[in-house]
Amino acid sequence: MDGANIRKALSMMDERGSGEGAGYVAYGAFPEFAECYAIHVFFDTVHETKPAVDQELAKWGTIIHEEEIPTYEQQNLRKIHTPWRYFFLPDPHLMPRSTTPEDDIVMHLVMKVNTTIPGALIYSSGKNIALFKASGWPEEVADFYRIQDYKGYLWLGHNRYPTNTPGWWGGAHPFNLLHWSVVHNGEITSYGTNRRYIESYGYRCSMFTDTEVVAYLFDLLVRRHQLSPEIAVKALAPPFWDDIDRMPEKVARLNTAIRLTYGPALMNGPFAIVVARPDAIVGFTDRIKLRPLVTGTSGSKLYISSEEAAIRIMEPGVGDITMPRAGEPIIGRVVA
Amino acid sequence: MTIGSVPVKFRITVDPDQCMLCGRCAENCPYDVFRIENNRMHVNSRKCVACHRCIAMCPRDAINIKERPVDYRSHPVWTTEIREAIYNQARTGKIILAGMGNAQPYPVIFDSLVLDACQVTNPSIDPLREPMELRTYLGKKPSRLEIKEDSDGVDVLTTLAPNLKLETPIMISHMSYGAISLNAQQSIARAVSDMGTYMGTGEGGLHQSLYPYQSHMIVQVASGRFGVDINYLERGAAIEIKIGQGAKPGIGGHLPGEKVCEDVSCTRMIPVGSDAISPAPHHDIYSIEDLKQLVRSLKEATEWKKPVFVKIAAVHNAAAIAAGIARSSADVVVIDGFRGGTGAAPKVFRDHVGIPIEAAIASVDAKLRAQGIRNQVSLIASGGIRESADVAKVIALGADAVYIGTAALVAMGCRVCGTCYRGLCPWGIATQRPDLVARLDPEVASKNVANLIHAWTLELSELMGAAGINSIESLRGNRDRLRGYLLDESMMNVLDVKSVGA
Repeated sequence: MDGANIRKALSMMDERGSGEGAGYVAYGAFPEFAECYAIHVFFDTVHETKPAVDQELAKWGTIIHEEEIPTYEQQNLRKIHTPWRYFFLPDPHLMPRSTTPEDDIVMHLVMKVNTTIPGALIYSSGKNIALFKASGWPEEVADFYRIQDYKGYLWLGHNRYPTNTPGWWGGAHPFNLLHWSVVHNGEITSYGTNRRYIESYGYRCSMFTDTEVVAYLFDLLVRRHQLSPEIAVKALAPPFWDDIDRMPEKVARLNTAIRLTYGPALMNGPFAIVVARPDAIVGFTDRIKLRPLVTGTSGSKLYISSEEAAIRIMEPGVGDITMPRAGEPIIGRVVA
Repeated sequence: MTIGSVPVKFRITVDPDQCMLCGRCAENCPYDVFRIENNRMHVNSRKCVACHRCIAMCPRDAINIKERPVDYRSHPVWTTEIREAIYNQARTGKIILAGMGNAQPYPVIFDSLVLDACQVTNPSIDPLREPMELRTYLGKKPSRLEIKEDSDGVDVLTTLAPNLKLETPIMISHMSYGAISLNAQQSIARAVSDMGTYMGTGEGGLHQSLYPYQSHMIVQVASGRFGVDINYLERGAAIEIKIGQGAKPGIGGHLPGEKVCEDVSCTRMIPVGSDAISPAPHHDIYSIEDLKQLVRSLKEATEWKKPVFVKIAAVHNAAAIAAGIARSSADVVVIDGFRGGTGAAPKVFRDHVGIPIEAAIASVDAKLRAQGIRNQVSLIASGGIRESADVAKVIALGADAVYIGTAALVAMGCRVCGTCYRGLCPWGIATQRPDLVARLDPEVASKNVANLIHAWTLELSELMGAAGINSIESLRGNRDRLRGYLLDESMMNVLDVKSVGA
């Protein structure tokens, strides 16, 4: 799929934004560099800050290719940051004790650059993943990057109504860390708890927004703790104790164990979240569904959206529109 | 040169127009303030401790108590309390005893912290319409879960340590049989059983009449080892090792022999009439590794089926000590702040040693997180929790649950007169005199304590709902939902909270 369709879908929901932030992510966008980590950076001024980032990357591996991301200024969308992408291969020998050295090196680089190099922000770092975001309406951002020129097998898009950091490009969704990308509608009232939990595992929240913890939580639970996406969603939006008490013993034991272990990862507050990784996509809402989420399928395609209208414009013949229950994960898997 | 008598602390007057000489005040006052002779009421104000029992019992509201009717010449440095303490010690040459918690006018940090609520960007949650979860598990949690998923279903491979299940994060702290009456303990035991929470036995053993409530009782092992045997350990839902107490960090305890009646003697396993002296340190704990051994011994004795708590007084180095405890097999660390109550403590300790619970919990939680061992223990805040807002604030600072002591006693009638150490509590709480104990009806008092826990639980639910949180684990350590109101910068750094408006 190229990006033209998702641009149309998001423009159906302009009502939900304020023209101050939008973004897209495409999985499978760089087949020619599929094995490289596509590290996306916003530079405030390339000549001042880029050398520091280059130096940091060189310490940990090899830059296979790099380029300024092509952009096309729009009337209301000027290039106030320079978006850059590196195709990077980390040297696994440099993190000998890790079982996933490449990922850990890239995660370390993201945290390091974002917390210690002012004027540089790594906003995406996965393999074969292209991320486009800026401050503007969804159509403007799409045209700014010409997302119709990119092809992917999995897309996420987001239209933002910012309250906290309006106009800041880094604050637009999707958020990405390694192979994870997240779009989020809502506000996480448990952010303080989640942040303190995730920080004790070495993650550093640097984006001034609650959404990034979702990416970190998925990275921790699924990549590092090796839980399935279903179990991860159960940890983030678990069933209520009253329901657990009524479950058969074995299931109740599982759910109790999840809540005891991952209590600090529980996300509270209103949200609808879609998380993607290269082989799957997961959509879910908070435990009492304070934000909308609808899904539809057409052949082997799965659509997840805040509104049915956005699905219908992409797929007029969509068959089954369903509304998942609160906390129920909708999981799509990539079939080769 | 004699010092002479000091001005009376309280002046009692009885309105002769209202008083009908019914004598209830005289019957009720264990301090012998009132006497009726020749159809006249005689009052000895000097004996009054302002326990308010007479006021509560007077059918005509005829009694009035005025505090400090004749005071010393005012002085900002040589306060009344300071001068009286000197007169007292000049006369006796002794350490001054005091009851209840810290009575110095230190600012209360809780009162400079404000909670958050939702407006527009996220909806608040109405606990009357939506589920609100206060269930709390106390004990070790695994740092990660290993799960096997196959065609037979999903299996948890990680073994979970035993945890206590609380329906509300409010427990009643350790007050021993001896320090308080059996009726008081029974009242509390019934209340916690009804509310799905727990109480501590204190270092006084477990009286047989409390066996029906044992599944809601945490048995204590303190430095005197009073009442401890395998029967006692096995009956408790959990075992608490008491290292120290917020009201008197660094010193032991002393139950005077006159309080050791036959029943107390049996429960504590000491001879009738003998002083029960708990030494300052445990004589088998002289370092952190000794504590670790004691924890393991208690675990072995009870076949690793029960969580073991370790309670320390909140002292300057509490965070590092708690980190040491978390590295043992202990499951729960209790931090007792310097406002914690007591039946009797040297006044100089009660008022001057230790730190407030707000700062202690904040630094302990931060230290455990920094070391990646927060999941190894649950954290209980104790000492100076006065209302549901304090519960919400201390949980937001990082506690898993709270112990309340004084508040539960107040719910049973205690007026905080601070005279517990005399053993004459006219409310039947801190006394062993049978006629006084009989004044406390466990039927009524248990309801009062249960009502208090229920009311706080409701308020906590409302506060959480207003903050858009429907599960207590999302409030825990959520310091983003607190703001400091006119706290100084160094204190806000310790608490890791922002200022109001920030």
